[in-house]
Order: sequence, then structure tokens, then C-alpha cells
Amino acid sequence: MRILKSAVPIFCTAAAARANSAGEPLSPTNIFAPASTPADTISGLSLLVLTITGAMFVIVLCLLLWAVVKFREKAGAGPGEPAQVYGSTQVELAWTVIPVLIVTILLLATARAIASIQNAIPPPGAVEVSVIGHQYWWEYHYKKSNVVTANELHVPVSSPVHPTPTFLSLFSADTDHSFWVPRLAGKTDLIPNHPNSMWIDPRETGVYLGQCSQYCGVQHAKMLLRVYVQTRDEFDRWLEQQSGPAAASDSTIEGRRTFESTACVNCHTIRGSTATGTFGPDLTHLMSRETIGAGAALNTPANLRRWIQDPSAFKPGCLMPAMGLSDSQLDAITAYMETLR
Amino acid sequence: MSAARATVAVVRSERAPLVDTLHEWVTTVDHKRLGILYIIYALLFLAFGGIEAIIIRIQLIRPHNTFVSPQVFNRMFTMHGTTMIFFAAMPLVFGFANYLVPLMIGARDTAFPRLNAFSFWLTAFGGLLLYFSFLGGNGLYGAGNAPDVGWFAYAPLTSRTFSPGHSTDFWILALLLSGIGSMGTAINIAATVLCMRCPGMTLGKMPLLAWLNFTMAGLVILSMSPLTAAQLMLLVDRYLGGHFFDVQAGGSAVLWMHFFWIFGHPEVYVLAIPAFAFASEIIPVFSRKPIFGYPVMVAATLAIGFISMSVWAHHMFTVGMTSAGNTFFVLSTMAIAVPTGIKIFNWLATIWGGKVQYRTPMLFCVAFLFQFLIAGLTGIMLAAAPFDWQLSGSYFVVAHFHYVIVGGILFTIFGAFYYWFPKMSGRMYNEALGKVHFWLFTAGFHLTFDFMHVPGVLGMPRRIYTYEPGRGWDIWNLVITIGVLFQAVATLVFLGNLLWSKLWGKVAGSDPWDGWTLEWSTASPPPAYNFPSLPEVRSRRPLWDLKHPEDPDWHYE
Amino acid sequence: MRALTTTGPEHVPERQPEWRLPARGPVAMYFLIAAEAAIFTIFVVAYIFYVGKSATGPQPAAVLHAPLFLTACLLSSSLTTHLAVRGLRSRNVRRFTWWWCGTVILGGIFVAGTAREWRHLVYQDGLTIQTNLFGTTYYSLVGLHAFHVIAGLLALAVVLVFAIRGDVRQEHSARTEVLSMYWHFVDAVWVVIFTVVYLIGR
Repeated sequence: MRILKSAVPIFCTAAAARANSAGEPLSPTNIFAPASTPADTISGLSLLVLTITGAMFVIVLCLLLWAVVKFREKAGAGPGEPAQVYGSTQVELAWTVIPVLIVTILLLATARAIASIQNAIPPPGAVEVSVIGHQYWWEYHYKKSNVVTANELHVPVSSPVHPTPTFLSLFSADTDHSFWVPRLAGKTDLIPNHPNSMWIDPRETGVYLGQCSQYCGVQHAKMLLRVYVQTRDEFDRWLEQQSGPAAASDSTIEGRRTFESTACVNCHTIRGSTATGTFGPDLTHLMSRETIGAGAALNTPANLRRWIQDPSAFKPGCLMPAMGLSDSQLDAITAYMETLR
Repeated sequence: MSAARATVAVVRSERAPLVDTLHEWVTTVDHKRLGILYIIYALLFLAFGGIEAIIIRIQLIRPHNTFVSPQVFNRMFTMHGTTMIFFAAMPLVFGFANYLVPLMIGARDTAFPRLNAFSFWLTAFGGLLLYFSFLGGNGLYGAGNAPDVGWFAYAPLTSRTFSPGHSTDFWILALLLSGIGSMGTAINIAATVLCMRCPGMTLGKMPLLAWLNFTMAGLVILSMSPLTAAQLMLLVDRYLGGHFFDVQAGGSAVLWMHFFWIFGHPEVYVLAIPAFAFASEIIPVFSRKPIFGYPVMVAATLAIGFISMSVWAHHMFTVGMTSAGNTFFVLSTMAIAVPTGIKIFNWLATIWGGKVQYRTPMLFCVAFLFQFLIAGLTGIMLAAAPFDWQLSGSYFVVAHFHYVIVGGILFTIFGAFYYWFPKMSGRMYNEALGKVHFWLFTAGFHLTFDFMHVPGVLGMPRRIYTYEPGRGWDIWNLVITIGVLFQAVATLVFLGNLLWSKLWGKVAGSDPWDGWTLEWSTASPPPAYNFPSLPEVRSRRPLWDLKHPEDPDWHYE
Repeated sequence: MRALTTTGPEHVPERQPEWRLPARGPVAMYFLIAAEAAIFTIFVVAYIFYVGKSATGPQPAAVLHAPLFLTACLLSSSLTTHLAVRGLRSRNVRRFTWWWCGTVILGGIFVAGTAREWRHLVYQDGLTIQTNLFGTTYYSLVGLHAFHVIAGLLALAVVLVFAIRGDVRQEHSARTEVLSMYWHFVDAVWVVIFTVVYLIGR
């Protein structure tokens, strides 16, 4: 019974690997459902490692089981001690040399995978994005176009014929974070004073999920990542739309005034208004995002209003304070936010 | 005559008032009493750490659970990790080393009995200081009480900016204090092994337990110091306004990671090598064969000790080292699999051809072999850096190191409890309860930690107080939490067995297992002076020689 | 109970040669030195890692001057302890006391010199532990060493008091030797710090 259970982790890992090839989505964040070259490379290496360690597991398990069952003390056996064996040089040499060979194979395969992922050079068509980790949200700067956004990363789809990978430069504004979208690539840490980089080249459009995977403080759990992979045209249109200033609307001028006259502007930027804070996410095109609070809630008017009223209702311990606004102020600001498309 | 005097002393201490007994225990410098103090102290903290684990698991039983607040959750996992490593596992290891090493090398005490007592009390007060943070950690209004920076306390989360109040100070000072205590104990153990062996016990004739604890002590001496140094730097930062890990002034967060893991990885072997030591004593006795390949076992241990000091950055594959740096640490980490594999094969060969008696200690050691095999193999997966880029910081890693620490180390420690309990208490434990403990705990262990690998593969990071539904993590987390309840009940059975057996167990006699090492040649429990007259040995199994004068071991070694 | 010291000829046919084990004092001191060396290694690594990374404030080249006289004092104090212990071993308590006293004086000069150097750095050069990375690493490393020198001096002074009262005899030579091992270690660490801080780090 115990022995059967011992086999479970390796079987489970293998099952997770197989479930992907069968096309059943076990999880939107399964590392064995890669959709980008770095994740492919890792997945391939992982399957090799799993095969070799799995084989070792089965062999040693059989030997152990055999020994444990076969050499148990049998009822009715004589009282004498078994033959006293002190060691054997040949046998020991064998189980030293064989593991050395296996380790060498694993090392070579691993070194190759490391080099192919880490030493990749951005091609001319690459999109370059700076990712800045904050307690507890993500900031993105698109380098060639004047676009700043938060939490939801948009990247173009890439194909072998027209590779348009996205290269991410990783920075941190406060504590350590880690960028992990399992289906696209392994994780890389965002460390203050220690710039890092990574790259992805998703081959299918869609939304890829992930989250911060280096403990960064109270709300580490709700620092979620959404990567939107779009066709090149969609992506260019999105970029174009994001680079403009905020939409102006007379009907919500009261909300805008309330926003500009409260402490909101110390932390948030809305291009085209007097709000130029950089401590919190850029809100210029807030309504183009599907979630608020780094994925803590869906971006619905009700949620948005509740968030502005008291962010700790969604994210207790997050750094945005409850501003103590009156109901009418809340309505006005929410209405203004809803025009920021 | 001396035995008669000892009997008188025992009778008198039984009649002595409670205060006198307590006074004797507090002022004792006897290695056996200090060993037992270490063990009782560790069991207390094992219970604390266990309660914290239960709180963590209840919170994670389903997505968006609100059993505890995120602040409390973060304190729980920080305290759980810190407690279990520094105030449960290490004192357990030190307790057994203290108790057993002098007895097994035929010495009357350790080399420095007073240093021994001093070190124990430092460790003890370190633990109390850590837990005092629940009361005294509130430095400023709104600052949390217990430490919440994670057990490896990455900078700059530990700086005054991100950790106001005193919680992090309690963490630093508690570990600094107990770290100095650990160093004292380690120096004592190493000096005892080198300087206190009984006549005839050359290094090549020491029991493996002594060899392995000697290696452990060496590792503590070399690896605890970097942590102490890093803690001092952090204190300079927090109290004197220094900039070691202050990223605003050009300090480096990565430097802390290096310093911490230079300690952190050898620490795994500080715990694992004594666990190997228990297995290396228990498996031969219950297989009725000598350990297979003694010199190779010693060499493999020393090799593990040395290599373990060059693998630390495999904890840092995701921090952005160069590809050459990553490859080097892949190499060193995979290299350590070779001596570890040799050990597993040698234990297997010891069982091979034996007459294995499945008493409770042996059951725990056999389970250890299976589980340590798996822990080693998942370790190889994590050593492949790109695989680690996916698995690092996920629940797969959590499952892996719990497989090592619980499935490997704690299982052999349970084995050691049952094996040496008759020696320490003079009473036999209850075999039926022991088996209940074993099967319940094994079932709980596998329910929890086998299935914990899966959410890691499915992208669940560690240290999150809650998670989103629809990620395919829910069912696994439910199963994991159910397993914890089994383990908790099993641990209660274990503690109950110890208490019951101490009071009402049947008298064990000096040598209940037909053992071969020197501790079984003296009374149970041993008198204060251990041996009426110092033993003299000619082989690694002196009691075998005595019991088989026609075919002693020293003909073959 | 079976006694293990069986003297029957069938168990112990030939006596082992005399059973000798290393003395526990020096062995433990070697282990302590290993632990301390590891601590100093980490501090030296931090110092080297941060050399030249201070954005503001005084730089090492501008304010540090190699304390050659102090270094000479500390290194020669190693020699005096050695001579003192040798004196005690050859029953010459008087010689021991004088050389030991010389060690304490030389060590004292070193500590006083360090204090003077720090005073100058703090008040003239405006370098404190808070100023920049150089200040943090410099005061921590040199301060950690000075702390060890002071601890050693206290231990040496206690022995000196015993010696003056006439309580130190030849049978204590092994113990004084253990203490002198610690003192040699403190001196050896200074050689490393001197090289790193005053020669390479500038």
C-alpha cells in the first residue's frame, strides 16, 4: 500500500504531462502544456529527465521491494544469524560508475537547454517590454511606443516564419518578485538593483495566466498575471489605441474634478489630466483591462466602485488606502473611470 | 560498588521534591540529560510548528478561503519553516547526537560538558525569543507581531522600509542566538569524536553514527557561520543604518540570497546526515548483518559534506545568473546525487541476504529508503536548471523538500525514537501503538506530500494565502489537507506511546535488540558515568565480538 | 551486565600500543577558528563585492592610510605570545609573564590606534557606518576584527592577572597555548584584512 503510494508523485507528474498531449486542459497554468519556445524546450528537457529518473525509480523500487519481501525473517527459521557480508568492491564500483554516466547525460542535455534559452538574441522584429514589479501589481512599458499599462500584458503571436518574440526586461520597484506564466516560459525574478531579462514567443492567440512566484509581501497571492496574445493586426491596433491620451467626456467632468482634487493623483497617472503619480497603475485606459487590482476582481462597474471605496475588501493589506469618499464622490469617480477606454 | 551507589542516588532523586529534581535538570551537564532536554524541547517546538502547518492547510483547503487573514497566513508559514528547521529538526538531531555519540564511542561524557549545557540553553532561549515575538513584535502601530518575511527572509523585504516594527528583529536575534548555540554543540560533538574515543576505537572502527555526526558537526561549523555573519549584517542594516542589503544605496538583494543559501543548502545535509546515521545503525541490526561497505559509506558521507558546500546557488536558478553560472551549479548539484545514490544502494545491500525483523524502528527506516529515493529523484528534476525555472518557488519544491525533511529525516528520527527509547527510558515502547503510528503517519504523509507535487506542476506558487478557482488546484489541495489530519493523529499516538511506555512499559533490559554497539553494553538507562569501566574495542561491532567469540569481526576488517 | 574490558587472552591476544588521542583543547580551538574564519570570509566577500560601488561619500583611496605601525605591533604580538608560551613550557614563569605582558601592551596599542583612526574618519573625513557602502562594509569588517582583538585582550589580561598573582604554573602551558592559538588567528585575519582593505581595496 505504502509502496504504491510512493509511486504517486512520479505518476502524477507523468500524468500531467500526458494529459496535455491528450488535449484535456488539466489547468490553464500546466507547465506541460507549452505554447512558446522556452516552455517547449523546458517541457522537452523535463520529459527526458522524467523518463530517466522514472526508469531509475522503477529499477531501484523493484530491487528494494524484492529485498524487503524476500529477506524478511520467516517464522520457523533457525535461530542463527545470516551470513555476515561486509562489502564488495566490484558491486560498489558498479553503482558508482553507472550513476556517474547517467548524471553526465543529464548534465549535457541540461546545459544545452540552458544555453538555447538564456543565450537567445532578439531578432529585429522583437517587441521589447520593460516589466516593473510593484507590491502587488505589474507595470509594463512598451519601449518603442509610448505605452504604459498595468497587469495585463499584450503581446503579438509569433510564428516560425515571421518570428515576433517578446523580450521582457525585468525590474523591481520595491521587493523581489517573479514573473511566471507557466505555458509561455519558466519564471525569472524581478529584483531591485538587479535587471533581468526573459523572452516568450507564443504561437497561439489567447489569454495565458500566471502570477508572481517570489514571496513579496502581504498580498503576494493576488499579484496575478494575464498575458493576451493577439494577432499582429490586433496587437498593433491595441498599441495604437493605448498610446493616445485619455478619452475626454463632458458628462463626467464632475468625476474628473473629484479625482484630480483628491490624493488619487499622487499615485495614479491619467494622461491628458493633471494626474501624474507613478506609485500605482496608470489608469489612462483602465477600461480596456478585464480585471482590476492585478487580477483580484473583474473590471465591472460594481467591483470598480467597491474597489475605490475600500480596496482591502478585495486585497486586504494592499497599498492603496480607502479614501473615505462620500457616496456621491464614489459615483462620480466611478463614472469618470468608466469613460477611460 | 559503584553500581550500588548509583542505585542509592536513583532512589534518593525519586524521593526528592520537585524543585530539587527540576534544579538538577536545569543545572545538569550530563550529556544524556542534555540530550533528553534537547529532544523534549524539540518535541514541544515540533508541536508548535505542526499547529502552524495545520492552520496553513486549513486556509488552503479551498480557493478564496477566509480562515485566516493574509497577514496571519504569512506569519504562519514563516514561523512554521523557521521553527521546524531551527527549533525542531536541529535540536532533535543534536539531542540524539548528544545522547548517543559518547555512549557509542565508549566515553563517559562529551569533551566539554559545560559548553554543552551552555549551547543547549542558548538554543532554548533562541526558540523562546522567536515565540515571544507574538507578544513583543508590535513595534509601531500597525506593524505585525510574529515574523512574516519567509524562513529565508529575502532582502529587501527585511529592511526597515518593508518590515517596520520588531518582528524581523526577533527572527534575526532568535536565529543568531540559537546559531551560536549550534556552533558550540557542533564543536563539542566534533571534539568528542576526535578526543574521547575508548581504547582501540580508531577512526576506522567507529560506529557509522559517530562518523556521520562528526561530518554533521563539521558542516554546522562551516555553514552556520555564514548565516551568523549575514544576520550580523542585517542587524547592522536595521539598527545602525548600514547598507549591506539596502538596494536604494547600491546594496544587493542577491548577496543576501547567496549568503543565506551558502548556509541553507549545507543545512539540509546537517539534518540529513544524522538521519543517514540512524538508518545506518538501525537497518543492520534489524537485518542481522553488518553495514555493507563501511569505508564507502564513510567516504560517501564526507563527499556529500564537501559537495554540499558548492551547490547553494541551485536555490537561485531564477535570479538571473549567467548561463555558465547556472551550468556549474547544475553540475555540482547533480554530482551530489552520486554519493547519495551509493548510500541508498549500500543500505539496500545491507538488507539483501539478511533476516529482516520488521519492528517499528525498521519499518520507519524501510519507508525512509523508499521516500528518500523519491526525494532524491525529484531533486534531480529540480537540479536541471530549466526544469527548475518552472518548478522553483512552486508547490513542487514544497513537496520535494518536505519529502526530504519529513519522508527522509523525520521518518528516521521516529525510527531512532523507537530504537533508543528502551535505552533512554529503560522501558519498552508499545509495539502495537508504534505500528499504528507508523501506518497512520505513512498514509498521511503520502496523502499530503505525494499529491502536493501536482499543483506545483500545474502552476501553483508557494506562500500564497489563497488562490483562484479554475486553475485545477482545488481537489489536490483538499487531499493534501486531509493527509495532514492523519499525520496529526499519528503524532498524537506517538506522543501518547512515549508517555504511556515511560510510565507503564515493560522493563527493557540493557540490550533489547541484540545490538552490536557499545550503548547496548551498559544499563538502561545508563548510569551517570555511562560505563562501570571504560570499554576496549577491536572492531566496529564490539558486542558482536563478545557474543560470537568464535567468529569475531576483527578477523574481517 | 557484560563488561567489555575482558582480559582473557582469547579476546585480546596482544595489547594495543599505548592509546593516544589528540588533546581536546587545541582540537576545539581549531574548530572554533574554522567557524570564525567562515564568518570573516563572508564579511571579506561583502567588502570586496562592494568595493567601488558607493555612489556618494568618501572613497577608500581618499581617506584610508595603511596603518603600518599598528600592523607591526599586532604581528609582533604573535611572536611575543609564542615566546611567552615557550617560556612557560620550560618552567620559566617570569619570562612567561613578561612576554605575556608585552602581548597585552602590543594588542592594546593596536586597539587604541584603531580607535584613533576611526575618530579621524568620523570627525575629519565624515565617514560613518551610514554614509555609504564603503562606510558600512569598512566599519563592519574592521569592527568585527577589533571586537575579536578586544575579546582576546580580555582573555589575555585575565591570564596576566593570574600570572602576576603567581597562579600560573607550567602545567597550565597547554591552556595558554590554546589561547595563543586564538591570538595567532586574530593576527592572521588582520593580514587578510590589511591586504583587502588597505592594499587591494584602494
